[in-house]
Amino acid sequence: MIDRIRDIVSQHGRLTTDVAQLSDTSDLYQAGLTSHASVNLMLALEESFDVEFPERMLRRRTFETLANINEAISELTGSAA
Amino acid sequence: MPVDSPSLSSELVEKAHKIGAEIAAPHAAAVDRDARFPTEAFDALRKARMLGAFIPQAFGGMGCSIADLSGVCTALAQYCSATAMIYAMHQIQVACIVRHGQSAPHLRNYLTQLAENEWLIASATTELGVGGDVRTSLCTVERTGDRFALAKKAPVISYAESADDILVTARRAPDAPSSDQVIVLTHKRDMTLEPLSTWDTLGYRGTCSLDFTLTATGHVDQIVPQPYAEISSQTMLPTSHILWSSGWLGIATAAVNRARAYIRAEARKNPGKTPVASVRLAEVVATLHSMRATVNDAVQEYMRVADDVDAVSSMSFAIRMNNLKINCSQFIVDIVSQCMLICGMAGYKIDSQYTLGQHLRDAYGAALMINNDRILGNTSSMLLVSKDD
Repeated sequence: MIDRIRDIVSQHGRLTTDVAQLSDTSDLYQAGLTSHASVNLMLALEESFDVEFPERMLRRRTFETLANINEAISELTGSAA
Repeated sequence: MPVDSPSLSSELVEKAHKIGAEIAAPHAAAVDRDARFPTEAFDALRKARMLGAFIPQAFGGMGCSIADLSGVCTALAQYCSATAMIYAMHQIQVACIVRHGQSAPHLRNYLTQLAENEWLIASATTELGVGGDVRTSLCTVERTGDRFALAKKAPVISYAESADDILVTARRAPDAPSSDQVIVLTHKRDMTLEPLSTWDTLGYRGTCSLDFTLTATGHVDQIVPQPYAEISSQTMLPTSHILWSSGWLGIATAAVNRARAYIRAEARKNPGKTPVASVRLAEVVATLHSMRATVNDAVQEYMRVADDVDAVSSMSFAIRMNNLKINCSQFIVDIVSQCMLICGMAGYKIDSQYTLGQHLRDAYGAALMINNDRILGNTSSMLLVSKDD
């Protein structure tokens, strides 16, 4: 699942660093993720995994790292990482 | 936690009215005409120790609440819009240090000195080449050992020349992306400020909001440790929108007070004959009450969630704070326009006790200080994913 997330972040995150160079716990905001891009990222994730982020997950923390995104999606799809 | 003291609240607002009426008001026309800093009002505010009002008592301040600051801004704005706006801007900077700087020894010490000396802090969050997007910086902090340097071309730094210190946003490091920002406390003594132009505007003339090239050095401990993104959403944005709106409410209140006085004077001249604009006055008072309720609701909401990091960082809270600014910037123009209609020529004339010219000019600045279209754009982006209100 995390590889699929990496792809989506790479396509929609508009990071200043190549996603391949980021670890699962690298700070995405320090890699260039802006508030605006994070909305596009959320939309792409919702579309790809067919989920809706509840309001409580629409926080900076949720999208801070690839691992955090993975955890959020896992919770919403009811599957393990 | 701010002190919950109704007596402190009313005492502060009373003081603000006294300083407003006795000191700010007599100089307000000159401050506006000459586009100069309201020195007299700030001397009085300092003497009353009101610049340090939001600093916790543990550091020597009054430990007041954001509700108190809102009341003070609304009061001051009824006498001098520039005084109220500068007071608001200063408190926004203080709030950032109080809420996000206490973990840093250097900044904690600064709070004590700030309360003692009643220093005035200005803000440089916008940048030439970026526009009004405060979450993007081109300039950067450059560290060498335990020293930093930064240089910023800022299109607006209100009352920079009268301030003692300036909080400046910049990229965290030379290799940091433009949205990866920090906010830095810079001191006048370690700074050069080169004005790039003049401040000659329709309204808010006394805020002296010229553009400058700012270069500063200092100790790395002056860099507020938390990412600016968090400081912005948890403190700077809500406090800004609340205190600006509170000032606009004060201007609107003053305009309505003039309209009320005008109608009463008309009624006394012709007892038994209802003045033509009576119904319009009734309408505008209703609108003023809506505006007041809007501001108070936002203040209560912020106080409710201020110490709940998840709630205060949520999209739904951000949308509410954006709408506070949008709504109040529209209210003030509507209310002042209606008052102009009520007072008629007496309001339109400048040499008149009912003059509303400055109220009108100031009112049109509200939608522009961060342009409403930019704010609506941010809200519309959030509404693509935000589901709750």
